[in-house]
Amino acid sequence: MSVIIILILASLTVALTFLSGFIWATKSGQYEDTQTPAMRILADEPADRLSISKKESSQQ
Amino acid sequence: MSRAQATPPSPRVAGACFHCGEPCPDGAFTADGKIFCCFGCQTVFSLLTENGLGQFYDLNSVPGVRIRESARQARWAFLDDPAIQEKLLDFADAQQARVTLHLPAIHCVACVWLLENLFKLHPGIGHSRVNFTRREAAITFAPRQIKFSELAALLASIGYEPALTLDGLEKAKPSFLRRRQWLQVGLAGFAFGNIMLMSLPGYFGLDSVNGPWFKVLTGWVSLALALPVVVYSASDFWRTAWVSLRRRVLTLDVPIALGLAAIYSQSAFEVISGRGPGYCDSLTGLIFFLLCGRVFQQKTHERLVFDRDYKGFFPLSVVRKTASGETTVGISCLQTGDHLVLRNGELLPADAKLVGGEACMDYSFVSGESEPVTRPAGSHLYAGGRQVGGAIEVEIIKPVAQSYLASLWNNEAFRKPRDHDLDSLTNRYSRRFTFLIVGLALAAAAFWLFHDASRALKAFTSVLIVACPCALALAAPLTHGTAQRLLTRLNIFLKNALVIERLAGVDTIVLDKTGTLTCADAGGVSFQSAEGGKLHAELSVDETQWIASLVRHSTHPNSVRLANTLGTGSLPVSGFQETPGCGIEGTVAGHKILAGSCSWLEQRGVVFAGKHAGATSVAGALDGAFRGAFTLTNTLRPEVEHLLAQLGDHYELALLSGDNEREAARFEKIFGGRATLQFNQSPADKLNFIRKLQASGRRVMMVGDGLNDAGALKQADVGVAVVESIGVFSPASDVILDAAELPRLARVLRFSKSAARVVRAGFVISALYNIVGVSIAAAGLLSPVVCAILMPLSSATMVVFTCGLTAWLGRELQVKRSKVEGAARHALQPATSNLQLITKEAA
Repeated sequence: MSVIIILILASLTVALTFLSGFIWATKSGQYEDTQTPAMRILADEPADRLSISKKESSQQ
Repeated sequence: MSRAQATPPSPRVAGACFHCGEPCPDGAFTADGKIFCCFGCQTVFSLLTENGLGQFYDLNSVPGVRIRESARQARWAFLDDPAIQEKLLDFADAQQARVTLHLPAIHCVACVWLLENLFKLHPGIGHSRVNFTRREAAITFAPRQIKFSELAALLASIGYEPALTLDGLEKAKPSFLRRRQWLQVGLAGFAFGNIMLMSLPGYFGLDSVNGPWFKVLTGWVSLALALPVVVYSASDFWRTAWVSLRRRVLTLDVPIALGLAAIYSQSAFEVISGRGPGYCDSLTGLIFFLLCGRVFQQKTHERLVFDRDYKGFFPLSVVRKTASGETTVGISCLQTGDHLVLRNGELLPADAKLVGGEACMDYSFVSGESEPVTRPAGSHLYAGGRQVGGAIEVEIIKPVAQSYLASLWNNEAFRKPRDHDLDSLTNRYSRRFTFLIVGLALAAAAFWLFHDASRALKAFTSVLIVACPCALALAAPLTHGTAQRLLTRLNIFLKNALVIERLAGVDTIVLDKTGTLTCADAGGVSFQSAEGGKLHAELSVDETQWIASLVRHSTHPNSVRLANTLGTGSLPVSGFQETPGCGIEGTVAGHKILAGSCSWLEQRGVVFAGKHAGATSVAGALDGAFRGAFTLTNTLRPEVEHLLAQLGDHYELALLSGDNEREAARFEKIFGGRATLQFNQSPADKLNFIRKLQASGRRVMMVGDGLNDAGALKQADVGVAVVESIGVFSPASDVILDAAELPRLARVLRFSKSAARVVRAGFVISALYNIVGVSIAAAGLLSPVVCAILMPLSSATMVVFTCGLTAWLGRELQVKRSKVEGAARHALQPATSNLQLITKEAA
């Protein structure tokens, strides 16, 4: 009955993927501010995230 | 997470400013068919619409913040000082810099949107990101195109003035700890779920269907999954248990760590020796529940600062006068001998000598004395005073860190760390508990040693496993966490959940007067006509308007209060002149009007028919003849009398005030003669008063509002800071209370006592579970299934019981509150109508 071993391995792989997803989300600071993103979405156009270097080149 | 709420959009009112929503006076500014209350608002509107940011006004009907001060670029010049930049900027190189600024004006969706589109206003600004909860904006900018000072000035010009204080320079970023906590809980939950999945067949005896190797496999996988949980997630339990053992105190973490160690070693022994599956399911579940309890308890209020020292009171910069002119410098650069220029409303950061101008210092911040004092040139001025009136020039005689104010913080009350945690209900209980459990485990082992030696070790570890005080450890955090959440909803913020327990233990309440029981700014104003005057006793409508027009031009607190009471007066005033700290004069509608202190009026040749003395008063003269005096009294906050009556039944009360005794009789009546009333108290006196009470075995709660009680708030067992608006400013304290919620204080105290009772009841429940569990374990019958049922069951019971009961008690608190408010309003009716009478008189 080695199929149960494959199943256990598969379930563990899936679970570990979710765990690493959770660790990534925490480390990238997604749980630090849970309120502002909810407000940000209310604005029609998303803030245009121009980097400074791009702007400098566009000015020249 | 703080429950900071965005202000709901308010409907646009006709006649209100399109930008800020404040009512517009006649002759308002118009642009684009919209009206504005002032030039500032109109400028911001033009700036935003020209730069394609018109959506700002669609997101909220009145999103703007009124521009109170014209933007002075020079005010921010100190920000270009490399030393200050180094402390403020998160990151800087030649290309770009990043700064996180606290912008208290952030209040709605439109603010977030505008600030995140800031780059449209200036090419030098890059990405900006707002954290609404903290009222912070992280802004990237190119220093070559826009200087830091220009950025600050730009923000100020659109209404978001950065709040820069001295302690902000030394702030630490706390986020790392919280991330770690989330990771610990997440890891424990992950392991708990997966191990449960693998242990489940075992509970139903299905684990041998696939052959004996299945048991071995799941055992080893469980053991492996539990290892990071034991090492990483439970690391705090190991550390605190070790620390408390070394300090020879038994906190609850000791039996927890003992239990965890027993479970893991027993499981490892069983799996390795092939005897059974072990208890890894229960172990990870236990750690998961314990960590959840901790996270639940550790609610933080990100907008509020509870540990603020004197540096938080000072501005970041002052105007220094040198031979070459005036420059704005950072406060940390100040040295003895520097000359400063202080304008109206500015705070003196260090002890200084008055060189030029006439100082009228408002020390209400430091001493609690609400009357500004006038000081002649050459006199010594203490730090913390606020200049009222014209600009003055002072010479620093002591550095900021050694000033009168800073010396308060050198008091030992501020240095000793609070160790009330050790004293908490849970830890007092756990001391007895630990001895009992270890004793029982040894007794069980000894019993089996004589009857069946093979079961002795198992009985010993089983007792430790079952007795692991998970439910016990959850009782207090869950109750306190729920209570804290409920109070937050009522705008009462606790520094941490343990404060609830300390609140319940309080037996003496010390109150500050100015700003706590009375409103700092608002007050009753009554007019008394000159005795034997030729004119009628009351002011006519015209006269009221003349006086109102005059006092509007002065920023002296008394003038402001008069102006607020007398209503609008918009007649032109000619020849306005203010003698700081003495009075104002001017000609309105052809009448020369003087308003000021009696002595000043006398100097100006006004003859008094009768003397007016006692309470704070502003005398007025019309065309050279004494007309009468306004008496300004501090009004009590609403429902204070009712509150004091409630508190007086259960607690010993005391009143400390920095003010003089002019209102002593009034407060004696309010307190009903049951309380100790002390006037003329310096900040150090207040601190000593608290200390004396504590020395006589009292548990003291101090309720105060500012710098002058900072020491007392810190020394008291519970320091309650009463603030006018949450998140703007508060001294170091345990509880931050919205001034409007002050009447609820008695309810809160009663609620905290109920919460303490809930915790005790939780202890009883966990004890019952333990008795059942330990009897099974001591009999040597503990199996993984029993363990896996008993442990989650006890935790779940605790969650339902404590959270449910506390929430129910809290609901009671709110229901009762509305009843009380109704009753109190009724009781205060005569007082309110009296006030109206006075206002009518004045009008």
